Amino acid sequence: MTEQKKTREPLFHLVKRINVPAWQAWAIRGGAIVGGFLLIGILIYAFLGIFPTDAYRYMFEGAFGSQYRVMVLLRDLAILLLFALAVTPAFKMKFWNIGAEGQVLMGAYCCMVCLYYLGGKINNVVLIFIALACAILGGAIWAVIPALFKAKWNTNETLFTLMMNYVSVRIIEYTIKVWVPGGTGVLPTMHYGNLPTIAGENFWFSIIVALVLTAVMYTYLRFSKHGYEITVVGESENTARYIGINVKKVIIRTLILSGIICGVTGFLLVSGINHSLTSESAGGRGFTAILVSWLAKFNPVGMIFTSLLVVFLSAGTDEIMTKGGITTSFFSQVVTGLMFLLIIGCEFFINYKIVFRHHAEAPKTPIGTGSTTAETALTASEDASADAAKEENV
Amino acid sequence: MENAIEMKNITKTFGSVIANKNVSLEIRKGEILSVLGENGCGKTTLMNMIAGIYYPDEGQIFVNGEEVTIKNPKDAFRYKIGMIHQHFKLVDVFTAADNIILGEKMPEFNLRKEYKRLQKKYKGQFKALKAQEKTYFEEGGSRFTKEYGEIVRKETGVFNRALLHIGSLGWIKLWKHAKFNYLSAMRVKKLQAIVDTYGFQLDLSKKIYEMSVSEKQTVEIIKTLYRGAEILILDEPTAVLTPQEIRKLFEVLRIMRENGKAVVIITHKLNEVMEISDRVAVLRKGEHIATVNTRETNEKQLTEMMVGKKVDLNIARKDPVDPKPRLIIEHMTVKNRDGINAVDDVSFTVNGGEILGIAGISGNGQKELLEGIAGLQKVECGDIIFHNPKKNKPVTFFHHSLKKIKRMAAEGFFHYPNGEKVDLKGKRKKEIVELVNKEQILFYEDEIIDLRHRTPREIQELGIKLSFVPEDRLNMGLVGNMSIVDNMALRSYRKGKSVFVNKKRPKNLADTIIRDLEVVTPSDMTPVRRLSGGNVQKVLVGREISSSPKVLMAAYPVRGLDINSSYLIYNLLNQQKEKNVAVVFVGEDLDVLLALSDRLVVLSGGKVAGIVDARTVTKEEVGLMMLSRASVEDSKLFADALGKKQNDDEKEEGEND
Repeated sequence: MTEQKKTREPLFHLVKRINVPAWQAWAIRGGAIVGGFLLIGILIYAFLGIFPTDAYRYMFEGAFGSQYRVMVLLRDLAILLLFALAVTPAFKMKFWNIGAEGQVLMGAYCCMVCLYYLGGKINNVVLIFIALACAILGGAIWAVIPALFKAKWNTNETLFTLMMNYVSVRIIEYTIKVWVPGGTGVLPTMHYGNLPTIAGENFWFSIIVALVLTAVMYTYLRFSKHGYEITVVGESENTARYIGINVKKVIIRTLILSGIICGVTGFLLVSGINHSLTSESAGGRGFTAILVSWLAKFNPVGMIFTSLLVVFLSAGTDEIMTKGGITTSFFSQVVTGLMFLLIIGCEFFINYKIVFRHHAEAPKTPIGTGSTTAETALTASEDASADAAKEENV
Repeated sequence: MENAIEMKNITKTFGSVIANKNVSLEIRKGEILSVLGENGCGKTTLMNMIAGIYYPDEGQIFVNGEEVTIKNPKDAFRYKIGMIHQHFKLVDVFTAADNIILGEKMPEFNLRKEYKRLQKKYKGQFKALKAQEKTYFEEGGSRFTKEYGEIVRKETGVFNRALLHIGSLGWIKLWKHAKFNYLSAMRVKKLQAIVDTYGFQLDLSKKIYEMSVSEKQTVEIIKTLYRGAEILILDEPTAVLTPQEIRKLFEVLRIMRENGKAVVIITHKLNEVMEISDRVAVLRKGEHIATVNTRETNEKQLTEMMVGKKVDLNIARKDPVDPKPRLIIEHMTVKNRDGINAVDDVSFTVNGGEILGIAGISGNGQKELLEGIAGLQKVECGDIIFHNPKKNKPVTFFHHSLKKIKRMAAEGFFHYPNGEKVDLKGKRKKEIVELVNKEQILFYEDEIIDLRHRTPREIQELGIKLSFVPEDRLNMGLVGNMSIVDNMALRSYRKGKSVFVNKKRPKNLADTIIRDLEVVTPSDMTPVRRLSGGNVQKVLVGREISSSPKVLMAAYPVRGLDINSSYLIYNLLNQQKEKNVAVVFVGEDLDVLLALSDRLVVLSGGKVAGIVDARTVTKEEVGLMMLSRASVEDSKLFADALGKKQNDDEKEEGEND
C-alpha cells in the first residue's frame, strides 16, 4: 500500500448511449455543420484576411450567385449523386468497392469508342443507344471482375478495385495517344452521339437521370427482395447462408448493378456533358462519392443532401479563392475535408456521452475518507476490523 | 475477519438501464464469497468495477479500509485485485509461462552499474586475465579454441567477461535503461513454485493452443496469482468445465482460501455455491438482496432470493408418444476449418416426438454436427436421411411437379383415400390436377430424402421444415441491426412472385411472438441488437417454431438466459415435442440435459461416446463419457475422484448408522 499514490476520479469518462432520440442525433449533426462553417470562417479570416461574414456571402454567391452557377451546381450535384448511387449497393453489402472511378471511366471509354468509330456512319439516335449499351457493358464488366474473384477465391476487393482504377486510366491514356498521334494528347470534342439539349442546356438530361435513378435505387434497396438480401449479406454473411441466400450470387449481382450505374454515369459524362474524354474525366468523384454515400447512411434520398453539401462547399470555396487571389485548389480541399471531419466526428458524440467528474455525493464514512498517509490507513483498517469483529460477536 | 474490499452504495447505469443500484458489499480475507444471481442481474458488472473495467457512477470502494479509485485494470492490479474473465485473454502461440509473465515490467538491467560492480568484484583478476590472454595469444592461441574458453570461464564466466568488455565502452551509457528478459529461467522456477503450492496440474512449457479450456483457465489463475493478487474474482469459472474439472478447481480455490486470499466466484449454479462458498451475496435486478452464510441457508431459500418468487425447478417431461425415426444420421463426418474431423463417424437417430439431448464439452463437434445437418457445412461422408411423415397425407404441387407426381405414381408411391392404388396411366393432365387439388392422392409411405449435399435453400424448397436455433444467435440466425419485423421476414421473404418484400406477414408474426412469448421491447421495429439476450433468444426461437417444423435443432438455447427465460424455452421445446416434432437439444448444463431430454447422445472429440437413456443415466456416468476421449491422465484422475467420493459416501453412511 505504500507505493500507491493519491488517485482521483478521472476528469471525464465515456458512457455509451443506448437509445438516442432522432431529434437529438440530428441536433448534434446540425451543430457539427454549423460549427464547421464557423471554423471555416475563422480559417478564411486567418489565412486570407476575408472577414467571415463576407466569406459566407462569397460562398453563397459562388454556389447560387447567378443562373449559370446554379446550373453548374445542379450538374455537379447530379454527377456526384450518380457516382454515390453506384457505390451504394456494394457498400451496403459491405463490399468495399473503391473502384467507382475506374468503372465510370471504363463506361465513358466504351461510350467514346462507339462515338469515335461509329460517329457519322449511322443514325445519331441509334448511335446513342449503342453507346449507352456499350457504356453499361464496360462499367459492368469492370465491376464484376473483382466480384467474381471475391466470390471464387475470396480476394480482397478493396485492393482489387483500387488497382482496376489505374488500369482503366492507363487504357484511356494509351487510346488517346493512338487517336491523337503526336498531338497535345487532348481528344477533340465529338460532334456525334450527343444527347439532346433541354431548354438549351446540355445537362438537364443528367439531372433527370440522376433523380430517376435515386428514386429507383431507394425503392430497390428499401423494399425489394434483392435489397433485402443485400442488407442481410452486408450485416451478417453467416445469417445469409443460414437462411439459404447464395452469397456469391448476391455479390456478383449487386456489383453488376453497381457497374451498370457507373456505365450510365460514364455515358452521361461523355455524351451528355463533356463530349470528350480524358483520364481525368471522373475527377476523383469516385472517392468523394464514398463519403457522400456513407454520410447519408446509404440512403439514396439522403445522398441528395450530402452531395449538395459537398458541391456547395467546393463551389463556394472556389469563389472565395478567386476573391482572395489564390489560384490553386488546395484550400477548397482543406475546407471540404475539415467539414467532413467534423460531421463524421460528431457521430462519436451521438454514440457516446461524456460524463465529467462529479464530486463525491455519497455519504462520507469515518473509515479512511481520503486518507493518504499510511498511518491513518492502518488505524482505519484496524478500526474496520474491530468493527467487523464486534459485528461477528453480535 | 478483515475486509479485503468494501463497496458502498455502488450504482452503475448504462444509458437508461440500471446495472447496479446502491450495492454495498464486503469481501473478506480468507473466505470464498459467491456472487449469485440470474443472468443480467449485474453480477459481472459489479465485479468489473472492482477490476477496473468499468467505473462506477456513484459510490465508494475501499481496499483494506482505504478509499480507492480504480480507473483501469492497472489500478486494480496495484491494489492486488485479479479477475479471471469468462473469455480468456491469452496468446495462443505462446507457452503458458510466457503468457503468465507477459506484460510484466522487466527488471531494469543497468549495464553501467553492472559493469562498475563487476569491475569492483574482479578488480585485480581482470588485469591478470588480460595479461594471461595476451600471453596466450602471443603463444599463437586462437580465440576459438577450447583452451581460451577455459581461461575465460575460470576467471569470470563468459557472461561477465562479455559485460566487462562491453561495459568498458563509453557509449554504453545509452544502454542505461536496457531491459530484457534475461532471467526467464528464474521466473519459471518462481512460477513452478506457485503451481506446486496450489496443486495445479499444468505443464508450463505447453503452448496455449494445445491446451484444453480447463488448462487455459488454470493459466489465467496462475497469471493473477503470479502478479501477486490477494483478491481473486472468477467470472463463471465452471461454465466451461466438466464435473471432474470443477472438482479440481474447487480444490485449488480451497487452498487459496487457506492461504488467506479473498476469492469471489460469480455464478448462477446453486449446487456449486453450496459446495464451495463461505458466504453468498445474492443480487437481483442490479440490487443487492442479502449476504448470507452458506451454512445457514439452503438452495430453496437462495433460489427464492435470486428469483424473487418461487420457481418450480422440475422440468416437466412426458413420455414420448409414438416415436418414429425422423432423422437418421449415418456415419457422418464433417471437417472443421483446420481440416480436422470435427465430427467423426457419427451415427444416431432422432425420433419424432422426443427430445434428443446432445451432451459434451463445448467444442467437441456439436456446432459442426448441427451445421452439417442444416446444410451449412460440407459433409465429408455419411448420410443424413430425413423421413418426411407423409403417410396418408395428400401430395401437393407445391413440392412436386406434375411430371414427378406421374413418375412417383408409376412407381407406386400413392393411394386413394379408399386404399386403392393410384394409377395415373391414361389420365389427362386436367384430371390429375383436379385429383391432386382435391387432395385425393395420398402417400403410401413416408417420404425419404437424403439431405447430404443439399444447401439450406434446397432443403427449404423440398418442403422439409427443418428449424435451427444456432449457438451464436446474433452472428447466425438473426441480423442485429435489423428490426424484429425484418428478422421475421428472413425465413419467409422469398414467398410470392412479387419483386418486393411483403412486410405484412412478418409484422403479424412479430407481434404474435412479442405478445405470446412476452418479449420486452419498445416496439416491433426495434433493432434486435438492442434487446437483451433472453429476448433475442425468444425472437429467434419464436420465429423458428412458427413455421411448424418437423425437426427443431437448438444449440445452447438457454446460454446467457435467466431462469425464467430458460424455463420458457424449455416449455417451448416440450410443446414442440408434444406436437411430434423431433427436437435436438444441445446443452451444456448436465442437470438440464438430464431433466429435459428423453435420450442423450454424448459427444467426445467429435465421436459418439455413448447414446443413453436420460431417465436412468447419472451425471457422473455422462461426465465420464464426455471425457472418454480426453487424455488418459484426466480419466484416471476422474476415476480417483469418483472412488474417493464413493468412499466418502460410504463413510458418511457408516457414520449415519
